[in-house]
Amino acid sequence: MTTFEPGLAVETRHLRKRFGEKLAVADLSLAVRRGEVFGFLGPNGAGKTTSLKMLLGLVEPTSGSGALLGAPIGDRATRAKVGFLPEHFRFPEWLSARELLRFHGRLLELPEAVTRDRAERLLGEVDLLDAAHRPMRGYSKGMLQRAGLALALLGEPELVFLDEPTSGLDPLGRLLVRDLMRAMRDRGVTVFLNSHLLGEVEATCDRVAFVKAGQVVHEHAIAAAAGDPVSVLLRAGGLDGETVEGLARFGRDLRRDGDEVHLAVDSEDALPEIARWVVSRGATLRHLSADRVSLEDKFLEVMGSDQRPG
Amino acid sequence: MRLLAVTRLTIEEAGRRRVLHATLLCGAAFLVLYAIGFHYIVRGIEHEQGPMAAVQHMFVRNLFTIVGLYAVNFLMVMSAVLLPVDTLSGEIASGVLQTVVARPVHRTEIVLGKWLAYVLVIWGYLLLLAGGVLTIAYFTAHALPPRAGLGLMYMAIEAVVLVSLSIAGGARLGTVTNGVLAFGLYGLAFLGGWVEQIGSMANNEATRNIGTIASLLMPSESMWQLASHQMQPEFLAQMRISPFSIASVPSQAMVLWAVLWSAAVLASGVIGFRKRAL
Repeated sequence: MTTFEPGLAVETRHLRKRFGEKLAVADLSLAVRRGEVFGFLGPNGAGKTTSLKMLLGLVEPTSGSGALLGAPIGDRATRAKVGFLPEHFRFPEWLSARELLRFHGRLLELPEAVTRDRAERLLGEVDLLDAAHRPMRGYSKGMLQRAGLALALLGEPELVFLDEPTSGLDPLGRLLVRDLMRAMRDRGVTVFLNSHLLGEVEATCDRVAFVKAGQVVHEHAIAAAAGDPVSVLLRAGGLDGETVEGLARFGRDLRRDGDEVHLAVDSEDALPEIARWVVSRGATLRHLSADRVSLEDKFLEVMGSDQRPG
Repeated sequence: MRLLAVTRLTIEEAGRRRVLHATLLCGAAFLVLYAIGFHYIVRGIEHEQGPMAAVQHMFVRNLFTIVGLYAVNFLMVMSAVLLPVDTLSGEIASGVLQTVVARPVHRTEIVLGKWLAYVLVIWGYLLLLAGGVLTIAYFTAHALPPRAGLGLMYMAIEAVVLVSLSIAGGARLGTVTNGVLAFGLYGLAFLGGWVEQIGSMANNEATRNIGTIASLLMPSESMWQLASHQMQPEFLAQMRISPFSIASVPSQAMVLWAVLWSAAVLASGVIGFRKRAL
């Protein structure tokens, strides 16, 4: 019998899914710690949604194994501790958001009073109280997404799967989702975020996994990215060749383009030294900035140039 | 109980759907038309005198009551197939079931919860319309068919057969395919029932067997035959002068078969739904 690590919120071992001729997920092995906000990144068709569905028991894996909160995937009792917002959130359109939450409260076997209290609190948190009594067929995309978020949180889950939670939301809606995710992290809830909005992921996740053709090809700790190289841009007048060559000792990948110099350094601490060197050489320093390698750069680097827009 | 939560939501949904409203409207229109028709038929025969008048009156009254129940049966068949036809397939296709299945609910509970809901809805519909027909028959012609309760029970079993087929089909097939299959099988049973009766009257064993096989494949029509047979006075049924009198009465084993058939079809739907990728 396979044993799983109880300290992990999500664990998969060589999970694979084939639909006829099509291999949707080739070999997914993952480990997500409890309390982590985990980003699951990949281009369209990388098998992200199928992976999520396998974890949630919506799709049966062809082979491999996995666990949520230490219990094998599909375990019914564990599903009470898991929240889920699908990418395309659909609902019985004649129901109001309040009625939908009450129905799911019954599926979770919560006492009616508990469901009522939680529903009102969550509908308030997602700013839907005004419309909570109206049939959801009249909701905007953003309102539906927010109703879906309230639904995902109804069972006060320990683990929440969010599949593209901000798609279709306006900037205010995105901010609200971001705040909700931070609040979940503060409460120790594990968030498994499936998204292709890299800025979103960068702003909220502790760690990300890049998925390509149904396999994790790279894992990247966003919080620990201090060790990643810093890209420096310097713009100055009166730069001579010796000054530029002298910059090489501060870092690597030195490149001059007219008045601009590009350089990769290990840390922002090198910037004052660079400025002192340029000024001491009699050049006129006009601009000096440093940028960390963005998640987008990393994504493009990991995915390679063979990817086509989805 | 999660199964009952699904049942409750499905009944609420059925109650808000236009197809049920249309069905109820058609049912109400039918009852009005039926009451008017019955009234004029009774007026037409009540002055007839003669040695056979009492028998004629009984025949006409019973015949017209069974005609009414036959129409109810037809409306019930339509509703039992059409109301649940997309309850699973539609929700699978749209993704509505994803958040439901992700809850600690067994997929079997979802199928059985929906099945129970539609059985209750169709039984309610049957009770409403058949009750309407019997009430009209009683107040218009002081006529009630014999063993009406037993007859209604067979019609209720027929509803279970059709709802089970429609729900089970929805777990495995798309909405249109499911509807075509359900009506196709009903048509087969309907035709098979007539073939069996004609075979019995002509004493043709092969034809009778074809009808029996059709009834085994789809036991809906045999339940109606049993219902209509039970609701006729015995001597009328034996005289076989009514279009609802049958030469070959389905046995009680067929009732058991209809129940087992429904359970087996529903079980196949449950198995199909448990394996279905959502």
